[in-house]
Amino acid sequence: MSDAVSELREPLTARPVSYAEITADIARPLEGKPTRLWYLGIGISGTALLLGMLAIGYTISTGIGTWGLNRTVGWAFDITNFVFWVGIGHAGTLISAVLFLFRQRWRTAVNRSAEAMTIFAVLCAALFPLIHMGRPWLAFWPMPYPNLRGSLWINWRSPLFWDVIAISTYFIISATFWYVGLIPDFATLRDRFRGLKKKVFSFLSLGWNGSARTWQRYEVVYLLLAGLATPLVFSVHTIVSFDFATSVIPGWHTTIFPPYFVAGAIFSGLSMVLTLMLVARKVMRLENYITKGHVGSMCKLIIGMGGIVGLAYATEFFIAWYSGNPYEQFVFMNRALGPFAWAYWIMVSCNVIVPQLFWSGRIRQNLALVFGLSLLINVGMWFERFVIIVTSLHRDFLPSSWASYKPTLIEVVTLIGSFGLFFTLFFLFCRFLPVIAIGEIKGVSQWAQKKPQEVGSGGGGGDGAADSTVNGQTEEANA
Amino acid sequence: MSARIHWAAFERDDELLRATQAVRDKGYRIIDAFTPFAVHGLDRAMGLRASRLTWVCFFCGLFGLVFMTWFQYWSSAVDWPINVGGKPWNSWPAFVPVAFEGTILFAGLGVVAAMLIRCGLIPGRAPRLPAERVTDDRFVLVVASAGAGRPPDELANLLREFGAVEVHEELEHRAQLESRDPSGPEPSSAPAEASRPEEAGDPVAQGEEGRS
Repeated sequence: MSDAVSELREPLTARPVSYAEITADIARPLEGKPTRLWYLGIGISGTALLLGMLAIGYTISTGIGTWGLNRTVGWAFDITNFVFWVGIGHAGTLISAVLFLFRQRWRTAVNRSAEAMTIFAVLCAALFPLIHMGRPWLAFWPMPYPNLRGSLWINWRSPLFWDVIAISTYFIISATFWYVGLIPDFATLRDRFRGLKKKVFSFLSLGWNGSARTWQRYEVVYLLLAGLATPLVFSVHTIVSFDFATSVIPGWHTTIFPPYFVAGAIFSGLSMVLTLMLVARKVMRLENYITKGHVGSMCKLIIGMGGIVGLAYATEFFIAWYSGNPYEQFVFMNRALGPFAWAYWIMVSCNVIVPQLFWSGRIRQNLALVFGLSLLINVGMWFERFVIIVTSLHRDFLPSSWASYKPTLIEVVTLIGSFGLFFTLFFLFCRFLPVIAIGEIKGVSQWAQKKPQEVGSGGGGGDGAADSTVNGQTEEANA
Repeated sequence: MSARIHWAAFERDDELLRATQAVRDKGYRIIDAFTPFAVHGLDRAMGLRASRLTWVCFFCGLFGLVFMTWFQYWSSAVDWPINVGGKPWNSWPAFVPVAFEGTILFAGLGVVAAMLIRCGLIPGRAPRLPAERVTDDRFVLVVASAGAGRPPDELANLLREFGAVEVHEELEHRAQLESRDPSGPEPSSAPAEASRPEEAGDPVAQGEEGRS
């Protein structure tokens, strides 16, 4: 990230700040008392979490007969939620790994919270297959461990098992990536705090002292992890789509599913990152670091991904017609005009039409509006999974077995509970960990960019032409 | 431990970069630098060799690939073959996704473990800081002092010339053990106090050969 600073680009922080100010600003939410908004936020999400736990407790003690599933629609709300949450996680990796590889320096303001979001979203996702098993205490059975039943190994050919491995790997690698990124910040916080906090951060910071040799290896490892996470994120949602695509159900059995799911996942995740960014910015008072420029960049990414998703919807319809397969054609006509047409049109309007509003710069600058639109996209992407799963199943090959599906209250409360879990974890993260990568934001701050003269020969790895007249007032402003 | 070192603190990363380059051009031996964030180009200015951790990553990944491929073959074709949908025992195309995930898992965990071990990053280890603010807003350069035959003030003057706000000369082992920041809040409670100077190993010079 040592490229030149363009005069044409907006600065990455709203107002120039010194390194010490950056540390103080980002550590502030961890010190003293949280804001009222924070208490309000965690109050609401904590209540939702408690309700969800009650619903899950009831489901597990009674059985999944508490859900609205029937013999025709065997997968509905829970698998929709699973795919929805896994998808949310993907934008975190996109921002932390893919944008890192593309040297998009604006990511520094959002990558930490996006990575946290990935981990929390994967936790929420893992919840649903777990409770769908009916006996979650046997959830370790899909793991290939030597057992007393023979050893009876698992069926490696099953996409559902691939999913177990992919999601577990994704969780482990994302958590590792997140932790590695946090180590230098833990060290900064350790040297800032006293008492218990110092002890905790001291333990977590592993004795980090900022030595150039450590930094060199750290940078190499960070780059490698980004390089590993990038194909991983594509593989994970590809494998999630295999859960559907390898079946023989019309509407699921299509080769477009892997790229379609990956694009949809990143799209939904971006809108969730945007939602969270705007929340964190307000609740944690980080307006100086999460600027309108960042929000604008996110909106532009959403336009791009929304375009791919829209193209995928159109392609599905085209292929259904072009294939000449009557079952395929029926499923798609049924989606758009059948009993679940309302869900289909919510999906299309939220995912294809809403992102087009972001073409307007004025809308991108209106944060309240952006917040509302990002929520709409979240809703649309939830319905996308609902449409794919339920409308493909509910009218199958024999009209005598056609059925409908309606979620029960328990299922709805479980979904609310998963949002509660997600936001509770997120608010706790905002309170107890640095929401912005302190080390990385220092590297891109205007203070760092203001180079009085060229870096000595061989010293700068391209750092040279960073003398920016736009930022010329930095020094005076801080004096 | 009679080796003497010069210890210089800078306020800006570019000053540190240029000072490092200049000091090394003059033939001094740079022991280490400490920065609050990754200063790009510093490894080149210090003359550090490229890290070999990429190879660790590659071989861990290779191991993951081979191991997961073998394990799937062995468990489904050798140890207990089960007929699933009439597929051959060794239906290897179906083994690709798990082998791929195994590659990523082993490569990622392996390279992180290797880095932590190589950098001596161990949970609960007391940090050995050269100055209190080095994780906040100070950039510290530690250079071996000149032997005989060099003008005594040359190094200190050179460091000041490049913007060092503080320069000290001291015995090597003290460099990273005392708070060097007079403006800091309470030097006596500096975190570095936790580790005592009796340690024989020189932490700053650890990995002196500049490899990983």
